[in-house]
Amino acid sequence: MSIRIHKESCIGCGRCIEACPGNLIGLMEGKAKILIPEDCWGCTSCLKECPVGAVAYYLGADMGGRGAVMSIEKEKEIYHWKIHMPKGEIKVISVNRKNANQY
Amino acid sequence: MGDVKLVTKTIRTDVLIIGGGTAGCYAAIRLGEASVGRILLVEKANIRRSGCLAAGVNALNAYISKGHVPRDYVEYARTDGEGIVREDLLLTMSERLNHVTEDLEKRGLVILKDEKGEYVTRGWRNVKINGENIKPLLAEGVEAQKKVEVLNHVNITDLKTKEVDGEKRVIGAVGFSVREPYVYEIQAEAVLMATGGAAGLYRPNNPGFSRHKMWYSPFNTGAGFAMGFEAGAEMTTFENRFVALRCKDTIAPTGTIAQGVGAKQVNARGEVYETTYGITTPQRIYGTVEENRKGNGPCYLDTKGITKTAEEDLLKAYLNMAPAQTLKWIESGKGPSDEGVEIEGTEPYVVGGHTASGFWVDTNRMTTIPGLFAAGDVAGGSPQKYVTGALAEGEIAAESIVRYLREKGRKKVAADFFSQEKAYARHFAAEDSGYTWQDLEEAMQKVMDEYAGGIATDYRYNESRLALAKEKIRGLQELIREAPAGDMFDLLHIYEVRERLTVCRILIEHLLARKETRWHIFGENADHPKKSEEFEIYVNSRLEKGKIQILRRPLVKGESYEHQDP
Ligand SMILES: Cc1cc2nc3c(=O)[nH]c(=O)nc-3n(C[C@H](O)[C@H](O)[C@H](O)COP(=O)(O)OP(=O)(O)OC[C@H]3O[C@@H](n4cnc5c(N)ncnc54)[C@H](O)[C@@H]3O)c2cc1C
Ligand code: SF4
Ligand code: SF4
Repeated sequence: MSIRIHKESCIGCGRCIEACPGNLIGLMEGKAKILIPEDCWGCTSCLKECPVGAVAYYLGADMGGRGAVMSIEKEKEIYHWKIHMPKGEIKVISVNRKNANQY
Repeated sequence: MGDVKLVTKTIRTDVLIIGGGTAGCYAAIRLGEASVGRILLVEKANIRRSGCLAAGVNALNAYISKGHVPRDYVEYARTDGEGIVREDLLLTMSERLNHVTEDLEKRGLVILKDEKGEYVTRGWRNVKINGENIKPLLAEGVEAQKKVEVLNHVNITDLKTKEVDGEKRVIGAVGFSVREPYVYEIQAEAVLMATGGAAGLYRPNNPGFSRHKMWYSPFNTGAGFAMGFEAGAEMTTFENRFVALRCKDTIAPTGTIAQGVGAKQVNARGEVYETTYGITTPQRIYGTVEENRKGNGPCYLDTKGITKTAEEDLLKAYLNMAPAQTLKWIESGKGPSDEGVEIEGTEPYVVGGHTASGFWVDTNRMTTIPGLFAAGDVAGGSPQKYVTGALAEGEIAAESIVRYLREKGRKKVAADFFSQEKAYARHFAAEDSGYTWQDLEEAMQKVMDEYAGGIATDYRYNESRLALAKEKIRGLQELIREAPAGDMFDLLHIYEVRERLTVCRILIEHLLARKETRWHIFGENADHPKKSEEFEIYVNSRLEKGKIQILRRPLVKGESYEHQDP
């Protein structure tokens, strides 16, 4: 499991680079890039810090990944988690950060 | 190998905090409020999202609800820890659990409340929250403290000690920037160790591409244990490893499913087996391992048929703490209402916040080295700490440091030079030996898995296997000294493997010393498969003249403990 950074949308602000608890993201030619994809913990800190939703999270094939990627679109208190399925379908789960877990 | 010119920077401070996670950040806030001079917090990543709290947490696992008292928590932890716990540490921590919870709420943490405004609890010790932003809230608290300076992206590797006033004291620490060629020599009057526990010692559940998809933070490499041990500090109860029961592949928590929707543990035949083995964490894992061994696996949490509303809630709850699980449910096209969730036990970790491994501290959280304190997952004797317990310990340590610095007649540490540069530079000068840090890490995990009771042997070990583990880990320790680095990021990884190898050495000695099986799964001693009264003691260790010495200490009862000679 790891992340990919969408080059076209990345504005090179460096927030994900600052935030990664494993120092795993670097800046190359003005764009963020994951240095060792195998060392990602999957904590989603970089997704949450990115202002433009350029970070995509995916499961490695060894974890059952089959091509879907997940990103976050932020809107005030709401995180819209967008899951892009391999065939183009997009599923959205919206979580209000002001609501506590029910479980 | 690498063309890196190191530059040394020297800093003087009154208090140095190593590790800006849960305990470290909270101690920094409390020290900042206390006006004790300069406080420097050094963190290998960035305190905003570093450590265990990076992904967010699901609940506050340690809280004392109405009708209960701190003593109840002590008894719960004592029973769960089979008696090998420190009453003084558990009690002083438990007394603060509720007050740190209220403080977290004031800082902006969302806590679920009922109509009367009381916290909604799960059982009597759990508070329901939205823990997604818990770490940024703590980081903001630190940033608001004017006297606290934060040094992010600096990895500390060694403590420095010196005879002062007739006793060996801590006088600072050294480390390096993980990005720029800077070496940091930090001189301090007091040091708080808050580097968390150790993950990545054993071959993980996903050994390939997703090797870091593990339960505990893979970036907590046991640095604090290693530096403390090398400096001569006493350690306790490493053999009380922690193993978690997790969702297969994603290593997401299972408690949310088991307690949230009441799902039972079933084997491949659909038989509920949790009633046979019991429902404490080790029993749940033991049952799963046994069922698999008998050929009844795979094992599941039986969620099939839960309502669609419950499914929606689960999908959201996991996004707040283990998003891989939600993605897996959606990507596979089968949610928890369609099929059960497969479960497995993780590889073992050394984590003082869950079990009792770590620094041997007095009631004030001072280690056996004067001036060196420890809090959170790095401190031993006090299991079941979790987030609020780590905060409580950070606060206790902060108060003790204030008292220590104000002690009458205590001589200040004179300025000193540590000349650390050479030790780091040798890795840049090293010839390519053919062994990278990645090779050595993999080799270490294989040794621990096969010979020191990993997943491969269903957590079982015996003396013959441990003797082999010891020899092989020693060999790897020699190789890591010569490992070549191309840049500062390589140097970080080399030191991480070095730390893990030291933790493995200590762990093996502890596993050898406890000739009994006290905590099923956490340690299955095949030579001594039963619990023994003779081992109603702490197994402690320390480095003396380059050799690991094992100390047997009697159980501490009562409300306070001061350090005593072995
Ligand atoms: C995935 C996960 C989920 C959890 N969920 C819950 C939950 O729902 N409820 C609950 O109550 N508890 C939970 N816990 C437990 C709880 O989060 C921890 O016990 C607690 O946060 C530990 O605090 P700490 O300060 O000891 O460690 P951490 O918060 O991990 O802090 C250690 C810090 O030290 C830094 N560091 C390490 N080495 C060095 C070095 N050499 N130099 C400089 N810095 C260094 C690290 O980067 C890190 O920031 C969870 C733990 C994990 C791993
Ligand atoms: S998911 Fe976490 S560990 Fe992985 S790159 Fe992003 S911030 Fe780093
Ligand atoms: S946070 Fe987003 S925009 Fe900023 S550097 Fe990272 S990926 Fe690019």
